Amino acid sequence: MSTALLVATDLRKSYGPTAALAGASVTVRAGEILAVMGPSGSGKSTLLHCLAGIVPPDSGTITYAGRELTAMSDVDRSALRRSDFGFIFQFGQLIPELTCLENVALPLRLAGVRRREAERRARAWLAQLEVEDVANKLPGTVSGGQGQRVAVARSLVTGPRVVFADEPTGALDSLNGEKVMVLLTQAARDTGAAVVLVTHEPRVAAYADREVVVRDGVVHDRLAQSLERAA
Amino acid sequence: MSVAHTFLGLLESQPRHGYDLKRTYDEAFSPERPLAYGQVYATLARLLKNGLVVVDGVEPGGGPERKRYAITEAGIADVQAWLAQPERPEPYLQSVLYTKVVLALLTGRSAAEILDVQRTEHLRLMRELTRRKTSGDLTDQLICDHALFHLEADLRWLELTADRLDDLRARLATRTDLRPASPHSATRDDPAARAPRRANS
Ligand SMILES: Nc1ncnc2c1ncn2[C@@H]1O[C@H](COP(=O)(O)OP(=O)(O)OP(=O)(O)O)[C@@H](O)[C@H]1O
Ligand SMILES: [Mg+2]
Repeated sequence: MSTALLVATDLRKSYGPTAALAGASVTVRAGEILAVMGPSGSGKSTLLHCLAGIVPPDSGTITYAGRELTAMSDVDRSALRRSDFGFIFQFGQLIPELTCLENVALPLRLAGVRRREAERRARAWLAQLEVEDVANKLPGTVSGGQGQRVAVARSLVTGPRVVFADEPTGALDSLNGEKVMVLLTQAARDTGAAVVLVTHEPRVAAYADREVVVRDGVVHDRLAQSLERAA
Repeated sequence: MSVAHTFLGLLESQPRHGYDLKRTYDEAFSPERPLAYGQVYATLARLLKNGLVVVDGVEPGGGPERKRYAITEAGIADVQAWLAQPERPEPYLQSVLYTKVVLALLTGRSAAEILDVQRTEHLRLMRELTRRKTSGDLTDQLICDHALFHLEADLRWLELTADRLDDLRARLATRTDLRPASPHSATRDDPAARAPRRANS
């Protein structure tokens, strides 16, 4: 069993009277694909945003590779997000004014990579995801499935150790959803990236190595529970 | 569907006469295909022989339908093992899962736990099929996808049922023949509900 990379302990997060997370704990191991399932409104996206350091929890701790995310400065946390994390969301994540190629190259540019080099690497990722032909198009002029593959390419271009994906196939039909999942999971396994995959679709979750279920802001992890019982 | 286990679950919720057991079974779990009397008595005879039930009273008139049966500790252990064991994912599973859920509610066990165990089993098989699919040819893909869509349908039913356990418990409480062990038992995440508990205690 590989080592714990990202460990969240007893996360709590409320929006006004709504407790989105009510003591959520979860462990993501290096290189694993973890599906996060659960009903609508159960707190999946909130958990993902907390794990990724986008939203601070009200209480609880998140440790990434031995560093406590919750104790870092905003500047350090942003730097870590750029260098170590990749993101895929359901839709609306590509910048409409940039071409698909420029969108994929953007995370590299932000990390200080020169334009030519950034675009060379971005093009290789577009090819890997079989959408090289949309490189010079604007996101508004490509199909949903193509756009999602571009987003997958962008999430992987910096060589992240964790990719956070929130319903990455939610807006796609079955066949395109399957293709995105095949390409995402293959690319993640090739690069050794862990994937935290939020989905309510069992067929999408079946691409993961294991699943946890969020209910009412609490993570139910049968594997962890059975290990605890055995201990 | 295991008639013997279902009988045991019903007997754990309360001792019953042979005729009462058959009637409750038919009404609750098999309204379209009622049990034959021969099967009822063969099943009870086997349970008796195996020490899973005992006769704890006989009404005048004789005959097996006049005997009152009660579950033994060995019988309770048998129900527990059956409820805890996930079913092999296959089509038309819902009748046995429905039975397990109702019996869990009747006997003060966690019905949510049964659904969770089953979900884990379903997803395990779905992962296996997905691996086969992604490494296989188009024929493998089509065959695996067919199974995957069916398993997904089962899972959706499991989810929906999990969200309706409170309603189901409330409905059972209105039936005299199928009353849950205690109004407070078997709520989701209630650790006390995980332990088997005798009804009417
Ligand atoms: N920014 C916000 N402001 C106010 N309430 C929020 C906010 N984000 C989430 N919530 C609330 O927190 C709870 C959990 O929301 P969250 O988006 O995490 O659920 P989810 O599991 O991702 O649901 P879905 O499957 O529908 O995407 C919900 O009740 C939601 O309304
Ligand atoms: Mg969400």
